[in-house]
Amino acid sequence: MRVDLVLANWELFLGGVWMTVQLTGLALLIGFCIAIPFGIIRANKVPVWSQLINAYVYAFRGTPLLVQLFLIYFGLAQFDFVRESWAWVFLRDAWWCALIAFALNSGAYATEIIRGAVATTPKGEIEGARALGLSRWQVYALVLLPSALRRALPQYGNEVVFMLHGSAVASIITIQDILGAGRTLNARYYVAYEGFLTAALLYMAITFLLVMIFRQLERRYLRHLALR
Amino acid sequence: MKKTLVTAAIMTAFAGQAIAMDVDICVEGAYPPFSYTTDTGAVEGFDIDIANALCEEMGATCEMVKTDWDGIIPALLEGKCDAIIASMSITEERKQVIDFSEKYYQTPAIFLGAEGMTLDMLEGKVVGVQRGTIHQDFMEGEFPGIELRLYGSQDEAYLDLTSGRIDAIMADSIAMDDGFLKTDAGEGYAFFGPGYSIPQYHGDGAGIGVRQADTDLRDKFSAAIQAIRADGTYAEINAKYFDFDIYSD
Repeated sequence: MRVDLVLANWELFLGGVWMTVQLTGLALLIGFCIAIPFGIIRANKVPVWSQLINAYVYAFRGTPLLVQLFLIYFGLAQFDFVRESWAWVFLRDAWWCALIAFALNSGAYATEIIRGAVATTPKGEIEGARALGLSRWQVYALVLLPSALRRALPQYGNEVVFMLHGSAVASIITIQDILGAGRTLNARYYVAYEGFLTAALLYMAITFLLVMIFRQLERRYLRHLALR
Repeated sequence: MKKTLVTAAIMTAFAGQAIAMDVDICVEGAYPPFSYTTDTGAVEGFDIDIANALCEEMGATCEMVKTDWDGIIPALLEGKCDAIIASMSITEERKQVIDFSEKYYQTPAIFLGAEGMTLDMLEGKVVGVQRGTIHQDFMEGEFPGIELRLYGSQDEAYLDLTSGRIDAIMADSIAMDDGFLKTDAGEGYAFFGPGYSIPQYHGDGAGIGVRQADTDLRDKFSAAIQAIRADGTYAEINAKYFDFDIYSD
């Protein structure tokens, strides 16, 4: 194990960490924004919309993230009409392809999490809110969503960690994320463990941080469920 | 009596082992025409044919182990294979980690881009290279201002060149000529700039990589290369892929 190689290339790994955090963070944010309306529509079984969203969720949860990334990066680039359209400005760039794939993937998983949480809201909470004379929107904004999001917290924490780990596939399409930095180190110095082990430790550190953050959030927002 | 038979059998087995050599060879499988994967998943190409010819010459039983390029030297060091035959250039940097036989071919490196592209137009463009190759070192050393995109295999770089994500590729001239320019995808593309063969970056041609301790195996490979050069086997394989001798005396 040559620690000196890793230390001498700390900037490579720092850039990798930033790339991974940035991609994962943005993908989760966009995915979450997709998931709130989609999850509610699914929970309410709104005709047509619900089926369409179900198809999206089914497609993205039913296929590996790597395949989705390949289809967007290598697949779409095969069509002339894609390359001649405005979308090529984004799809040309590996970073955008990764962000699109990750955001859609995370959105699909989060939609199911939100749907489940909304659908399992105790009837009493809604009836109580109605009885107070709250409008339909007020019920959602003030009672149902805050309650559902709290209950979704543990599951969503898992999704965040899965997304972080899933983002490692970005290194395959030329993106220098944490794993990309590790592979570059390996290739440059003809070593096998140093780059991968450093990458593993970095992923582990970020995961640990995320788990801590979610534990704090759960302690705060799920206090009413804690054992006394 | 029984005991003698068993002893004899064991002795024969050991004797047999001393003569027949088992060599696992790391090959790449994504670098046509030197090494490519067929529809059935088998690896074929110039490198593979040379490997088989050398094994036959040495009287060795060889098995091809398909390995990704950026993990090929670690695979050798860890003992996943005993030799690398993957168009690997003999460079000083690599010699610090592994040992090489004599070269088995040598061809210049060159830029590839859309027809009409010139060296002067390279400024501000994106160039693709395979990660961990002499071409990456060359670009970083001689064209430090040009944005580089690193690929795991040469085939992926071709895909991104045709889709327009990169403007040029720096790689081996022969590999790109046969692996890309002569295919349908290569229409509208051409080499530009001179052929580069700078020892500092490009080394002394492509050799067979072995672990530094295996000097015996290294010498056997070197001798076998000379032997197949002499008896015409090399020329036969060469003619299968190229219309000139790529050994470059």
